[in-house]
Amino acid sequence: MVKLAIEHLTKRYWRGSREVLALADVSLSVEDGEFMAIVGPSGCGKTTMLNIVAGLLPYEQGVVEIDNKRVAGPGADRAVVFQHSSLLPWRTIIGNIRYGMELQKRFDKHTMQERTEHFVKLVGLSGFERHYPSELSGGMQQRVNLARALAADPKVLLMDEPFAALDAQTREFMQSELLKIWSEARKTVMFITHQINEAIYLADRVVVMSARPGRVKDVFRIPFGRPRTLSLKRDPRFLEIEDTIWQLVEEKPERIGMTV
Amino acid sequence: MSALPPPIDRVAVLPQAQDDVFSPPKRGFFKRNESLILGGGTVFLLLAIWQAFWSAGKISPLFFSGPSAIAARFWDAATHGQLLSDLRYSGINFAIGFALASVAGVILGVIIGWYRRVDMLFGPLLTALYATPRVAMVPLIIIWFGIGMWSKVFIVFITAFFPVLVNTIGGIRAVDNDLLRAARAYCASDWQIFKTVAVPGSVPFILTGLRQGVALGLIGVVVGEMFGGSQGIGFMVAYGGQTFATDTLFVGVLIIAFAGILLTAAAEKLERHFSRWRPER
Ligand SMILES: Nc1ncnc2c1ncn2[C@@H]1O[C@H](COP(=O)(O)OP(=O)(O)OP(=O)(O)O)[C@@H](O)[C@H]1O
Ligand SMILES: [Mg+2]
Repeated sequence: MVKLAIEHLTKRYWRGSREVLALADVSLSVEDGEFMAIVGPSGCGKTTMLNIVAGLLPYEQGVVEIDNKRVAGPGADRAVVFQHSSLLPWRTIIGNIRYGMELQKRFDKHTMQERTEHFVKLVGLSGFERHYPSELSGGMQQRVNLARALAADPKVLLMDEPFAALDAQTREFMQSELLKIWSEARKTVMFITHQINEAIYLADRVVVMSARPGRVKDVFRIPFGRPRTLSLKRDPRFLEIEDTIWQLVEEKPERIGMTV
Repeated sequence: MSALPPPIDRVAVLPQAQDDVFSPPKRGFFKRNESLILGGGTVFLLLAIWQAFWSAGKISPLFFSGPSAIAARFWDAATHGQLLSDLRYSGINFAIGFALASVAGVILGVIIGWYRRVDMLFGPLLTALYATPRVAMVPLIIIWFGIGMWSKVFIVFITAFFPVLVNTIGGIRAVDNDLLRAARAYCASDWQIFKTVAVPGSVPFILTGLRQGVALGLIGVVVGEMFGGSQGIGFMVAYGGQTFATDTLFVGVLIIAFAGILLTAAAEKLERHFSRWRPER
């Protein structure tokens, strides 16, 4: 069953009178419960696409649907994990985790309390409930960000380079944590990243986008079963897929012909 | 026996080194109260020198005064004179004026900061008023309100109002775009964004405004009393000056200074309390 469908999506920005074509005729679909990763060079429109799906950006051309309903603004069926943790600095960790639920008013007080406690534990932040975001490391802040999104109980989880600001070690750790959490929550995920091996390690399918204007260049189905461990990243088949995607991303637009 | 010697010696050294770096240093009495001792010492030394010159008769009481004379005058005014009633008079004028200024400044600041249209309507007017030295308007205010307490209250009001207003506007405007976007992504209404992002984010700014308002309001109350009327600490200073009673004048000045220190410290404490979530600077 298709959860999220994007068809012929085109997005232009206007810089004064100059037009920037950010997305050109992008089509892709994400199945219910699927983990979809999107990679592509900087500036190819990944954030633009995610913001459109989140309902934070208007679009004029094309169709974006969730459960066959056109996206026309933010909704409780989606939750976003941004690259910068964007936590309220004056709220404690539990205050931040309940923030999304609070805004959406879908749960009563008691349920919010229960869910908050549940997700604090799930992301491994027990003991830090009363801390402020400024007292946490970058990795911990991103867990709060993730917990806030999951606690709001979305059908689709949108993640925009959530681990980009973390060091390599923390990043790997967060990747396996994310997989663990995802295997319990089983949300449909759209995960944007710069790192190709992160995309392969996490996703069921990897979408490769071309440089500006953003188009879908290719989609790879990742054949590895779950649960996955970090040692998978050294598997020869993994490295082969990584290499193929690398070459695709590095290709100059001229070489594949910029028409289409 | 293994060929490689185990690197035990290094490990054994580590805990010692850690202790030195991470355990809080044990500090003596002087270290703990260093700033108090040094700062108080300077004040004390200065007072001693001043008193020495005064006792030696090197200072004319017509132009200056000495610590012992000021202390005696203070004691006399506090027990027999009207120091306490003056203090109450000034205090009440200040409190009413400052309270009104805070409430009006915060409410108007929030509205102007939040609604672009309101800013367009009143922005230029307020900028013009802000640029006018408020103290220059004191004679006019006395013409409007008379020499009674309400002219003083109003002077405190207009001196304290602007810093509160301007800082509040700035605070509401300084909304973090990332937070706005996150709130929107969770379907926040404008009212929810206002309540959960704009207002809490502007609290430190508002408190800074209040602190500046306290300092300016104090000047306001003193100046107001100097210009007209027959009561209050400001009047006491002006009267002391006109009658060459320098000791009385000094008592007034010191009380004002002390009140300033006390109120500013209270405001700073409040500021720090409400900024606990900020990263340590
Ligand atoms: N608000 C905007 N106004 C004008 N142009 C924009 C705006 N936002 C993005 N763009 C342009 O659209 C293009 C796509 O931007 P987008 O942020 O979606 O890229 P991205 O793939 O997320 O890049 P990165 O990997 O660096 O995050 C870029 O060329 C960018 O300059
Ligand atoms: Mg981006």
